[in-house]
Amino acid sequence: MPSENGSDAAQAGGNGAVPNGLKLVPRSDVEYKMKDFKSDQDVRWCPGCGDYAILAAFQGFLPELGVPRENIVMVSGIGCSSRFPYYLSTYGMHSIHGRAPAIATGLAASRPDLSVWVITGDGDGLSIGGNHLIHALRRNVNINVLLFNNRIYGLTKGQYSPTSATGMVTRSSPMGSLDSPFNPVSLALGAEAGFVARTVDSDRKHLTSVLRAAADHEGASFVEIYQNCPVFNDEAFEPLKDSAERDSRLLRMEHGEPLRVGDRGVVVGDYGELAIADVAEVGEENLVRHDAHRADPGYAFALSRLDLPAFEHVPVGVFRDVKRPTYDELMAEQLETAGAGQGDADLAGLLASGDTWTVEG
Amino acid sequence: MTKEVKQLDRVIIRIAGDSGDGMQLTGDRFTQETASFGNDLSTLPNFPAEIRAPAGTLPGVSSFQLHFADHDIMTPGDAPDVLVAMNPAALKANVDDVPKGATIIANTDEFTKRSLTKVGYESDPLEDSSLSDFKVSQVPLTSLTVKALEGYGLSKKDAQRAKNMFALGLLSWMYNRPTEGTREFLKSKFAAKPDILDANLAAFNAGWNFGETTEDFAVSYEVKPAKLAAGQYRNITGNLALSYGLIAGSKLSGLSIFLGSYPITPASDILHELSKHKRFGVRTFQAEDEIAGVGAALGAAFGGSLGVTTTSGPGMVLKAETLGLAVTTELPLLVIDVQRAGPSTGMPTKTEQADLLMALFGRNGESPLPVLAPQSPSDCFDIAIEATRIATKYRTPVVVLSDGYLANGSEPWKIPDVSGLPDLSVAFTSEPNGENGEFRPYQRDPETLARPWALPGTAGLEHRIGGIEKSDGTGNISYSPANHDLMVRSRQGKIDGIARDIEDLQVDDPTGDAEVLVLGWGGTYGSIGAAVRRVRRAGSKVAQAHLRHLNPFPENLGEVLNRYERVLVPEINLGQLALLLRGKFLVDVISYTKVRGLPFKAEELAGVVQEVIDRAE
Repeated sequence: MPSENGSDAAQAGGNGAVPNGLKLVPRSDVEYKMKDFKSDQDVRWCPGCGDYAILAAFQGFLPELGVPRENIVMVSGIGCSSRFPYYLSTYGMHSIHGRAPAIATGLAASRPDLSVWVITGDGDGLSIGGNHLIHALRRNVNINVLLFNNRIYGLTKGQYSPTSATGMVTRSSPMGSLDSPFNPVSLALGAEAGFVARTVDSDRKHLTSVLRAAADHEGASFVEIYQNCPVFNDEAFEPLKDSAERDSRLLRMEHGEPLRVGDRGVVVGDYGELAIADVAEVGEENLVRHDAHRADPGYAFALSRLDLPAFEHVPVGVFRDVKRPTYDELMAEQLETAGAGQGDADLAGLLASGDTWTVEG
Repeated sequence: MTKEVKQLDRVIIRIAGDSGDGMQLTGDRFTQETASFGNDLSTLPNFPAEIRAPAGTLPGVSSFQLHFADHDIMTPGDAPDVLVAMNPAALKANVDDVPKGATIIANTDEFTKRSLTKVGYESDPLEDSSLSDFKVSQVPLTSLTVKALEGYGLSKKDAQRAKNMFALGLLSWMYNRPTEGTREFLKSKFAAKPDILDANLAAFNAGWNFGETTEDFAVSYEVKPAKLAAGQYRNITGNLALSYGLIAGSKLSGLSIFLGSYPITPASDILHELSKHKRFGVRTFQAEDEIAGVGAALGAAFGGSLGVTTTSGPGMVLKAETLGLAVTTELPLLVIDVQRAGPSTGMPTKTEQADLLMALFGRNGESPLPVLAPQSPSDCFDIAIEATRIATKYRTPVVVLSDGYLANGSEPWKIPDVSGLPDLSVAFTSEPNGENGEFRPYQRDPETLARPWALPGTAGLEHRIGGIEKSDGTGNISYSPANHDLMVRSRQGKIDGIARDIEDLQVDDPTGDAEVLVLGWGGTYGSIGAAVRRVRRAGSKVAQAHLRHLNPFPENLGEVLNRYERVLVPEINLGQLALLLRGKFLVDVISYTKVRGLPFKAEELAGVVQEVIDRAE
C-alpha cells in the first residue's frame, strides 16, 4: 500500500498511469517502440562496458513513459557515461565536466513540460560536480539523476574516483589511494534528496523498475547504478552479478515487505541503528518492514550504511521516496502570484516608476 | 535677518562619515532632491567592502559625491566645493581632494582627543592652522541632533543616529533643494516605526532651520535647473538601468528572462532588482556558485529563455568554461560582468576596467564572442537591449562589461518611449531544414552564420548539442581536421560579421581638423568628455570617440585611427584596449592608464590631452 507521502513504484507508468513526475509533460499519441529511441549514431563504448546494458534498458523503458520523444531531454557531463545523449533520439546536451545538474536545473525550472534526465558518473557527479549535485537534490528540481558508478575514472584512463576503495592501486595511486570513498546513497540522503535508489547495470528488470519509480517521483530523483568498467575496474561488482551468489547478497527492498537477504534479515539494533541478523535467530516477525515513504531520512540513511563489509548484503531498490514541493512548481507559483502571463506587464510604467520629473519643451 | 542667495552654475558636494553613519542614504536623498529640482547631475558613491568597518577609522570611511549643474555635465566632478566631514577620519580621508577656498563643514562633536588620535592627528585640525586654506564651518551636528530630539523618547544612541538627517536638512537649506520628496521617503521608509519617523523628520527640519537661523551660514546657493531636452526624467544608476534594459530586452524579444546568478559586489543589485519583477515573467535563480549560475542560464537558453548571468571579475573567471560551451553550442546568453578592481578579490567596491582581455580571450581554444561596454549609467539600459539583439540574432553568448562606477553612479535619464524601442522578436525553428526531412542543427543562416534555434518540445527536430566539436551541418561528433578548421573559422566569421550590423564609430571633431583623437571605452566616457571640453575651451583642437562595441570593433575603426596624427587611449587598466589597437591596426596609440579604483579626474585627463596636443605640434 502506498502511503500518502509517496507513490508506489509498481504503479508508475507500466500499467498506463501517468507518472507523477511527468504530470506537466504532454502525453504522446504515438505508441513508441524501443527502436524509436535509438539515434543514428554508432555507440562507441568499450566491448563489455556496462553502459550498453543501461542504454538498452533505458531505450526499452522510455516508450512506457507515454511522453512525446521531443519532450524528453538528456543532459550529461563528461565521462564515458556522458556520451549517453548521443545514442538517444531525444533532445540532448553533452555539456561540461560536472555541470550537468546545474544546466538541467535551468532547463527544468523554465520548462516544466519537459522530462529532464541527467546522466553522470562517479567522477563527474561526485567529484568535480559534487556541489551542483547536492544542491540540485536539495532544491528538489524535477530532474532524474542517473549516476553510473564504476568506482574508477574510465575516460581519463584509470585513476581512482571518489567511490574507489581506500588503498586501491591505480595509475595515479601506485601505492594505494589514500582517499575515503563516498557512499553515493548516503550523500544523496544527506543532501535532502526526496528520492534515492540503487540498482545494477546487469539486472535489466530491476533497473527498469527503479527507472519507473524515479520517473514517477515529483522532484529530484537520484539513482545510483553499479556499472562495470571492463578495462580499468573489471568485475568490481562481480559478487552481485554471479547467479549463484547474488541472491544471498542483493538485499532487494520492496515497500511494505520485510527486509531479507538469503537467510539473513534486517533488525533494529540496540541504538536504533539497523543491523543484519540470521532470520532463524531473530524470527521472521522481527525483521524490519521496508517503508520508503518515511518522512524522517534517518531510516533510509541507516539502510544506506548496511552494505558493509563490501557486497555481503547490498540494499538495492528504492531507499526513499518522499514527496515534497518541487523547485520548478514553487518558482512557477511565484510567477503566477506575481501576475506573470495575466495580461501584459507594463514596461512603460516600470521605466517611469519612482521619482520622476518632466522637462517642458 | 535676510540671507543672501548666491547663484552658481554648478556645485560638487561630498559628504563623508563612518560606514554606519548613513552617508549613502544621505547622498541618495540629496541626489533625488536635486534630480527633482531639474539639475543635471552625476554621482560617485565610494564605500568600503566591510559592512561595518571599525568606527572612526580610515578604512571605515564612506563617502558620496554629487555634482549638479544648470548645464549638462559628464562626471561626478574632481574636487568638492563642499566637504561635510562627520568625524576626523572622514576629514583625513578626503581633505586632500578639497581645493583651497572650498568649504568644510565639520561635525565638532566627533573631534575628540580619542577620535583624533585614532587616525593619527597629533593636534585638532579645527584648532591648529592646518585648515586655514578652507572656509571651515564648525557645527556640533551630533549634539544639535540630540538636542532637537529631546522629548521624542529616544535613547541617546538612537537620537545620535539621526545626525545624517540633520546634515541633509542643512545641505538642503544651503542649496535650496525641494524637501517634500525626502519627507515622503522617510514616511514610507519608517511607516512601521512612527517614533523613528518623527525623530528623522525632526532632525531633518532642525538641520534646515539651523541653516536658516545661524549666523554661520549667511549665504545659501542656488543652481538653476539645467536645460535638458524635453521629456520625462528620472535619476538612474547603471545597475538599475541594466536591470530595466534586460526586462525591456525580454519584452522586445518575446523571451522570458532566466537569470542564474551568485551574489557578488558590485553586481548583486541586478539580481535584487530582477527578483522584484516576476510580474514580467522573470525567473531568478540564486545558484550555489558562479558556475551553476551561468550553467542554469545556459540550460534555460537551450529551453528558449533569455538566459542571463550577472557577476563581477572573480565570478567571471569561474564562468569561463561554461562560456566556451555557450560559444560551441551557439546558444544566446547574456553575461554581465560589473568590473571591479582586481586581481583576485581585489577591491570589491572600487571600480576598474581591467577585464577586457579576459572577456575577449579568457577561454580555451578559439572561442570568440561579442563584447559590449556601456558608457554611462543610463547607457546601461541601451547596451542591455543591444546585447539581447546580438545574442538572439547571432545565437551567441555576449559579454557586457559594466563597472563599479557605472553600476552605483547615477545621472538623470530621459525615460524612453517604449514604442520607439526596436523589435527583437525571435523566430524559433519549427520545421526540418535538411533534404530528407531531417534536422541539421548546425546548418547556418547564410547571412548571419547563426545556426537554427530549435527548442526541446518541437517534434521532428530532436538533436544533440554539446562541447565536443560538431560536424558542420549535422552536429554529429567530429574529429575531422578539415571540419574543425571549418567550424573554428565559421564561429569566428559569425562574430566578425556582426561588425556589419553595428553602428560606425562616431567621432566628435567639431572643427574637422583636429590632429589628436582621444579614444576610450566603457565607463570613462564622462571623464574623457569633460576633459576634452576643457581642452577645447582652452582653445585647442581635439577629437573624441568612444567604443561601445569592443568585439567586433566597428567597421570604420581602422580608418578613424589612421585619420589622426596621434591617438590617445586613456584606460583604467594597464593598456588593454591599446594593446588590441596596436595589434589589430598597427597604430602606435598613446596609452594613458591609472588604476586607483576610482574614475579619472577630468582635470588630470585634460592635462594629458593638452600635453599630447602640444607634442604633436
